[in-house]
Amino acid sequence: MSSADVGTAALVVGFGVALYAIGAGIYAGRTGRGEWAASARRAIYALLALLALAMALLEAAYVRSDFSFELVAQNSSTDTPAFYKLTAMWSSQAGSLLLWVFLLSLFSSAVLFLTRRRLRDIAPYATAVLGGVAAFFLFLMLFYASPFATLAAPPAEGSGLNPLLRHPAMMFHPPMLYTGYVGFTIPFAFAVGALLKRHTGPEWIRATRRFALVAWTFLGFGILLGALWSYSELGWGGYWAWDPVENASLMPWLTGTAFIHSIMVQEKRGMLRIWNASLIVATFMLALLGTFLVRSGILDSIHAFGESTLGKPFLAFIAFALVASVALVASRREDLRSDARIDALMSREVFFLLNNLVLILICVVIFWGTFFPLISEAITGTEESVGPPFFNKITTPLALALVALAAMGPLLTWRRNSLALLRRAFVFPLGAALVTCLALLAFTDAGEGGLALVMFSLTAFVGAVVAQEFFRGARARRTMTGEAPPVALSRLVGRNRRRYGGYIVHVGIAVLLLGVAGSSSFNDQKDVRLAPGESVTIKDFEVTYREPTVAIDQDASGTGAPLSFGAVLDVRDGDGNTFTMRPSRNYYPSQSAAMGPVGRFFEGEATSEVDLRWGLDRDLWLAIQPNLRQLEGPIRRADDLPEELHGEAIVAVARHYAENPPPAAFRAIVSPLVAWIWIGGAIVMGGALLALWPSPEARRRRVTSLYAARLGRELSRA
Amino acid sequence: MVLPAAVLALLVAALVLRPLVAPAEDLAPLDARADLEAAKEGKYREIRDAELDYRMGKLSEPDWRSLDRELRAQAIEILKELDVLDGR
Repeated sequence: MSSADVGTAALVVGFGVALYAIGAGIYAGRTGRGEWAASARRAIYALLALLALAMALLEAAYVRSDFSFELVAQNSSTDTPAFYKLTAMWSSQAGSLLLWVFLLSLFSSAVLFLTRRRLRDIAPYATAVLGGVAAFFLFLMLFYASPFATLAAPPAEGSGLNPLLRHPAMMFHPPMLYTGYVGFTIPFAFAVGALLKRHTGPEWIRATRRFALVAWTFLGFGILLGALWSYSELGWGGYWAWDPVENASLMPWLTGTAFIHSIMVQEKRGMLRIWNASLIVATFMLALLGTFLVRSGILDSIHAFGESTLGKPFLAFIAFALVASVALVASRREDLRSDARIDALMSREVFFLLNNLVLILICVVIFWGTFFPLISEAITGTEESVGPPFFNKITTPLALALVALAAMGPLLTWRRNSLALLRRAFVFPLGAALVTCLALLAFTDAGEGGLALVMFSLTAFVGAVVAQEFFRGARARRTMTGEAPPVALSRLVGRNRRRYGGYIVHVGIAVLLLGVAGSSSFNDQKDVRLAPGESVTIKDFEVTYREPTVAIDQDASGTGAPLSFGAVLDVRDGDGNTFTMRPSRNYYPSQSAAMGPVGRFFEGEATSEVDLRWGLDRDLWLAIQPNLRQLEGPIRRADDLPEELHGEAIVAVARHYAENPPPAAFRAIVSPLVAWIWIGGAIVMGGALLALWPSPEARRRRVTSLYAARLGRELSRA
Repeated sequence: MVLPAAVLALLVAALVLRPLVAPAEDLAPLDARADLEAAKEGKYREIRDAELDYRMGKLSEPDWRSLDRELRAQAIEILKELDVLDGR
């Protein structure tokens, strides 16, 4: 009995258990029988245990380099560093599916445990939906892409992990994205349950709001890690290329952002019920689409790392889920109708609605641009793509509108606002935005950046609004309680974490977009060929190629590359400061015998190891493309040497490069304000964590009893 | 593969079917109460938010008083439902 057999058995039994959860959940939902609901819930717990076992078995196979596992032979090797062995699973299609469904079972178990005493009418149907999604992924693994497929004749050595994926950010990026995708399945499942039971109040939202926020946070963090990887690993110098796979992750994040705003309107005002149900359906569908696009290969992408056999079943499932969900929402439109009406145009709910419309518009534009190649091919027979200019042109003004709305939203209250009070609230933030704009025009060249100047001013507007909110809130609390200012501020935030966490997120998004605006508007790039001793000037940096470097089994970035060619460059900035930078290019041996026993070390896959000089005002980004053409002669001669001399021959050929360095191609980029993208991302994460952090139970009880007492007094007076 | 599948299936069946064999053990009580408690927490949060907005100068006093009255009336309805559950 091999571990692959046990893994397959876990998947087979898991598939059966997921099917059972569907049946038991539906039966419990229809009959209201609690014991069947409990049994369905336990089926999801059992699924978690089975998938944890499967994950552990596959990880163990990677750790011990068991090449009888097809996946391990394809995505790992004995010389793959241990860290990358542990995370190599999700570089494969089958491993990704296993990770997806494992995370789904984890989230499903968590939400079903937390709601075991609540939502007894909705939860069984939600259990059935969660079981259904899990069953689909298990079906794919059992019939299309098994993570436990074995090889009759295991190779002595594996192919190794795709070198591009040997980057710390890339190892965490897929689990973060999948956690986001999976997280949105939870509110979707409970929305379906609520619609089936015609319970269209805010209960399902209250029960799953935190999961939506966790999903949004992880998806956003995953997207940011992907951008960081692209910036520091891919060798082209950018962080966002409007690539189909990037877009596929951004779309559910955008609809998810709309969802976590609009559910507040339903919670507070009982409005937007059809909209919320539709938004979570759209978000879940886009999450499925995102998972599908990475692996399908239907659109050209720098991120699509494998060919897929999953296209048809995946599309069939998405089509079924979409049609069923839309039909369900449509059939419940009467139950979803709200009695409440918008009281005034200047109200928070109207601004939330506007924010939703802008987010959805951005999503629609991205969807159109992403699928344009398929649409154009279907209509004209020729595949055409729209490219980054299309996305930039349309999304930039929409992003500006979004930041403006994010700034104004916190100033408004629900229902209606006094214009006199609003005018007073806008004075300081508008003044701050105006002063920022004028100062930038007077003292910098920001005016040449066009819309970037608007984004900088809007960022100041958001920052001033949030600072004012914190100040006014702390002052109000101080007036009521007499607390010292720091205590008042800390308690204000502690007791209103959702509100102030959200405000911090707004600041983070504005800061992030400031980084995007600055780096895309004022970026300077040069592609040059330099021989040792030659220099290039970019902005006020003078970069001089001092000497080549060769590293044999000493890959500084720890990716396990046996060969690395690079350069030492001396840099002098405008202030006369000097420093050294060392970009390099790692070479990974090919498994192809046709390249020769020595040649395969020089002619296999290669990745850029970018050197970055980070700065708050700008980054200096350097990459090298060594010219190895002059090594072809020595390599061919070394290929003919006896096998025992190949090791020495590789060293000799590499030294030949160091001793006779040809001119190398360099890309130098000066990107202003890029660091603010990552800082903005960190602020967003901080705000989201604050909003998610649960209030201490004791404090909640005390507050509850205070209010209960007040309400009790009013009751007795009535 | 058959043997491990059979062993895992037996273990899973023992876990999953237990509520059907011994239903009383796993039936979670206080279902309606938990939902009402969540609704009450949400309403209290709304009351606190409205008061904070007023104290911060974002809501005029007449608007706040009207809103506060409405929210408190809704909270009282929830408290009454909780009382009914408790048999009071």
